[in-house]
Amino acid sequence: MDGKVPQTINPPLVKVRALRAPDAGLRDPVLPVQAEPLKIDVEHLSFFYGEKRALEDISIKIQPHVVTAFIGPSGCGKSTFLRTLNRMNDIIPGARVEGRVCIDGQDIYRAGVDVVAVRRKVGMVFQKSNPFPKSIFENVAYGLRINRLTSNRSELAGRVEESLQQAALWEEVKDRLHESALALSGGQQQRLCIARALAVKPDILLMDEPASALDPIATQRIEELIYQLKVKFTIVIVTHNMQQAARVSDFTAFFWLGRLIEYERTDKMFTAPSEKLTEDYLTGRFG
Amino acid sequence: MIRARTAMPRKVLSALFVAACALCVALALVPLAFVLFFVVSQGIQSLTVEFFTHNPRPVGEPGGGMANAIVGTLILTALAAAMAIPIGILSGVYLSEYRGSRFASAVRFAADTLNGVPSIVIGVFAYAVVVLPLRHFSTLAGGFALGVMMIPIITRTTEELLLLVPNALREGALALGATRARAVFSVIVPAALPGIITGVVLALARIAGETAPLLFTSFNNRFFSTSLLQPISSITVQVFTYAISPYEDWHRQAWAGALVLVTIVLVCSMAARFAAARVASLRGR
Repeated sequence: MDGKVPQTINPPLVKVRALRAPDAGLRDPVLPVQAEPLKIDVEHLSFFYGEKRALEDISIKIQPHVVTAFIGPSGCGKSTFLRTLNRMNDIIPGARVEGRVCIDGQDIYRAGVDVVAVRRKVGMVFQKSNPFPKSIFENVAYGLRINRLTSNRSELAGRVEESLQQAALWEEVKDRLHESALALSGGQQQRLCIARALAVKPDILLMDEPASALDPIATQRIEELIYQLKVKFTIVIVTHNMQQAARVSDFTAFFWLGRLIEYERTDKMFTAPSEKLTEDYLTGRFG
Repeated sequence: MIRARTAMPRKVLSALFVAACALCVALALVPLAFVLFFVVSQGIQSLTVEFFTHNPRPVGEPGGGMANAIVGTLILTALAAAMAIPIGILSGVYLSEYRGSRFASAVRFAADTLNGVPSIVIGVFAYAVVVLPLRHFSTLAGGFALGVMMIPIITRTTEELLLLVPNALREGALALGATRARAVFSVIVPAALPGIITGVVLALARIAGETAPLLFTSFNNRFFSTSLLQPISSITVQVFTYAISPYEDWHRQAWAGALVLVTIVLVCSMAARFAAARVASLRGR
């Protein structure tokens, strides 16, 4: 992989818990108690790029207001799986899905489902920050405008400010909202993209390696942000960085060759994984 | 230790190639310099205020100007632009959005073919389609002919520039709940806009200098006219008419007309670059 994995048996827990509160009360992820309805419920999902099968029979249940990390070596299907959760794979020619993906109990692949509504509910932040070539303000306002979520200018401005504050970017940009978003630094651009996604008030936030192109300080800011955001949102994050998974997530799913190998509470997975494959990956024996 | 012996021929060779490149650049620029020199030196003396404000005098009477032709060229170009810009840009969007489809390939091939059709043939086509049904030459026919020439240029430029827009922008818009059309027109087209503006203005400059498609569509008019259904004068046709005439005074006016035309084209090209740079700088590129 990218060589960041220390060659020790149990590295992640040593210093990674600093950001997190003790996560008492988390339930077993695979068989959750039914009191709180599931946010995401995937059953027997397979995904094909043309003839090639990229995901094989994946089932996973995700509760609201938790952070779930997808880890695994490059090409294991974790990004593809993330993108099935808001149907971003629809735009790939020849892509095909089997199985069910239920968001709040509704199968988003059922015939007649409005893809636009799905994507509004399930926001996404991409690996490479992709601000539109517009002003900072217009970037955040974009989703509000196209979905007609605000009725007047002051409401729009309020939502933009609120979103930028949620993304911890407001203080840095409040005096230059109408300057180009492309003038921001890489880390600021990524937080802008997060603000843009938050502005439409999604329930779920999908993050596809949101910090992979950022320096350590910008990465830390994004991770702090994730920790704060989980109060309001359900977050699924794909990461190449296992320490990051350990730092930010409550649950971790390990993917390998298009299959879900193990899905566990993060602290348990990083201390006592039940699968040999997971242990080998976490300890840096492959990947 | 680096051997100095082998370094010598290498350096000489490099100098030779640089010199050859410089020579070719000079050769390429010489015709342009000559054209500009002749047009300016011959045209500048006849470029009086009267040239811009007066219509042609009757044969034999000295003086007069090309006011009618200058206005005519502007009207013809505007008509062509009104027709070709929407069609050209929208078909460019279509080609880039459905680039894999069979129909898109056919349209692309048709556009490239149309781009290569000699302008006189386009004139004949406009004659058959517009002039014959209306039974007389008209501004409309001339504008139509120029518009037909402009469409494939704008279509292909737009398509190529849209393909340069990173796919990440499209995904970003779609992920926020934009429909495909919305993503294209609110994010992708604006991102390519500086280039599209340049392409459109360069296409305008190109057709403003066309003569052949106008010869039997808008024809010519010795009088000032802004009517769309009457023949109209244009700088190019007027220059052509004057240049082949036996009158010394008309020759001088032809040079002046040529100078005005070259200036218009030059100003257009510069304006295009300026506009593109300005749009781009507004976005902090």
